[in-house]
Amino acid sequence: MDTFAALAHGMAVAVQPMNLLYALIGVFLGTAVGVLPGIGPALTVALLLPVTYKLDPGGSLIMFAGIYYGGMYGGSTTAILINTPGESASMATALEGNKMAKAGRGGPALATSAIGSFVAGTIATIGLAFLAPWLVDVAVRFGPEDYFALMCVAFVTVSATFGDSPIRGLTSLFIGLTLGLVGIDKLTGQARLAFGVPELLDGVEVTTLAVGLFAVGEALYVASRRHHTEEKLEPVRGSLWMTKEDWKRSWKPWLRGTMFGFPIGALPAGGAEIPTFLSYSTEKRLTKHPEEFGKGAIEGVAGPEAANNASAAGTLVPLLTLGLPTSATAAMMLAGFQQYGLNPGPLLFAERPDLVWGLIASLFIANMMLLVLNLPLVGLWVRLLAIPQPWLYAGILVFATMGTIAAKPSVVELSMLAGFGVLGFLMRRFDFPIAPVVVGLILGPIAESQLRRALAISLGDPMTLLQSPISATLLGVALIALVAPFVLKGLGRFKANED
Amino acid sequence: MTSGDPVQPPRRVDRAGLVIAASLAVLAVVLVWDARGLQSAAMYGMGPEAMPVVVACGLALLAIVNFVDALRGNLPARESADPVPVVLILVGLALLIAIIGFGGGFILATSALFVTTSAAFGRRAILIDAIIALVMSTLIYLAFDRLLTLSLPAGPLERLL
Repeated sequence: MDTFAALAHGMAVAVQPMNLLYALIGVFLGTAVGVLPGIGPALTVALLLPVTYKLDPGGSLIMFAGIYYGGMYGGSTTAILINTPGESASMATALEGNKMAKAGRGGPALATSAIGSFVAGTIATIGLAFLAPWLVDVAVRFGPEDYFALMCVAFVTVSATFGDSPIRGLTSLFIGLTLGLVGIDKLTGQARLAFGVPELLDGVEVTTLAVGLFAVGEALYVASRRHHTEEKLEPVRGSLWMTKEDWKRSWKPWLRGTMFGFPIGALPAGGAEIPTFLSYSTEKRLTKHPEEFGKGAIEGVAGPEAANNASAAGTLVPLLTLGLPTSATAAMMLAGFQQYGLNPGPLLFAERPDLVWGLIASLFIANMMLLVLNLPLVGLWVRLLAIPQPWLYAGILVFATMGTIAAKPSVVELSMLAGFGVLGFLMRRFDFPIAPVVVGLILGPIAESQLRRALAISLGDPMTLLQSPISATLLGVALIALVAPFVLKGLGRFKANED
Repeated sequence: MTSGDPVQPPRRVDRAGLVIAASLAVLAVVLVWDARGLQSAAMYGMGPEAMPVVVACGLALLAIVNFVDALRGNLPARESADPVPVVLILVGLALLIAIIGFGGGFILATSALFVTTSAAFGRRAILIDAIIALVMSTLIYLAFDRLLTLSLPAGPLERLL
């Protein structure tokens, strides 16, 4: 009941003409940038963060929601039409979607992914609206030691549990944690790892890191192996619309995908990769057309796309209620909040309900806009995909550096951007995951301050971490999640079975 | 580290892996060395030097595990990489930083990056690309500096606008 009132209030905020305009701009920009090959939703948000500097917090968060969903939508368009998923969560979509496009059924593939995204996004946003107040009630009872334990769970699941290699995931995480230490220690005012460079006293900027790792790193990586791959854009032939048969084969995968995506996204389990592949293998098992799988089965697009979108909305649950980002994109959203000095969590729900519920309501609106706008506009997005590769990446780099130049036009900051670019290139080359670095940078300092607060309250007794039942349970979960992949040797095995 | 060895036979010592392990170890040492200069001001609990040491321990442990992986040749297979385009893009970034640093302004700086990146991806029409780059970055400058009132660094070209 409270939820309805709050949501209605949020709707009233979101439908103000200015906010509708922000949502529209966000959806449009998000799709346009997200559709470019090699650019996933996280980078889309990172690139567009500087654009929102001068807006008011409410408007810019609403624009973010649009950018977020638009970036996801754009990513799946790229996955279907040129088989270069911008992020691992679109890999399952690319598997069947690109085959469909090759067989001249690109239109229905795009349609089922758009409508599936809409269905999943809407259901998941409803889930978010109802789950959030409940979780907020739980979260207000959390002490600092519980928050610290929760962050340990997030660290482990994001880096070790679900990746290909726990060792490489943890290595990435610790690089992020190290970067998070740079700058002035907030409690004592002492500089750490600044080496006398004044620009480092403020710490490492999340956007600089993300844009360096994702945009510059990706450009370097693609350039270095240009001789290997020939990207081929599949033209959208035939009808855009789904036949009756397509609808019949799509609606159940949409719903099942949502059921996988939302809960797994809402748990601090890191990203959309798991639910998309779970959905893919489920659809493969349940389908009445097993012979089509691997050759372009519509179920294999509908399910994973729905799972991907539902889990994106799911990751907003821990982000908004606990301030806990569990994917690179969520980390970028958190950076967006922090840009305005806002800290998501139970307090934000109490202090700025208009802002939080306006954001949630505008997720519905952004979803609707994507459905109405993007199917008719698909021709425009396809034309963006046809930009020649040299100009495309040159343009991406110009835009990427522009963000840093606009925020902090210093030689040090730009050198850091270039340095993170090289780091991103090397990590791609040696197969280290990128997301844990970003999560480590943004969550590390928060975890540290919670731990220090907990220890200050307990007068330095570390047993406080085990005396709180919540914290003890969470630390146990973190330990299991850390050890499990070594014991089971490959929770990701089901992925290998798909090839 | 960047190129050469196209397909390695498995189960051989991976030299790049050794470099990665060594870098992690160096990072751990730097953390501890930096933490030693901090004063623990906290009466109770942990001071600012505790977390760097914890992270350093993690890094040291990971350095060892990565080292073992490299000795066993356990790293995932890599395709050959072409260093020339990578170097070209890095030169572009260096040019951008230098032009911004010496007050050359946004338009010249990003144009330099555009042309080198485009060349790295195989374009050879440098003059045409330079014209495209200048027009594009001028438009970006006008859009963001004038319309969105972001302050982008101005140089000789920007002052003409």
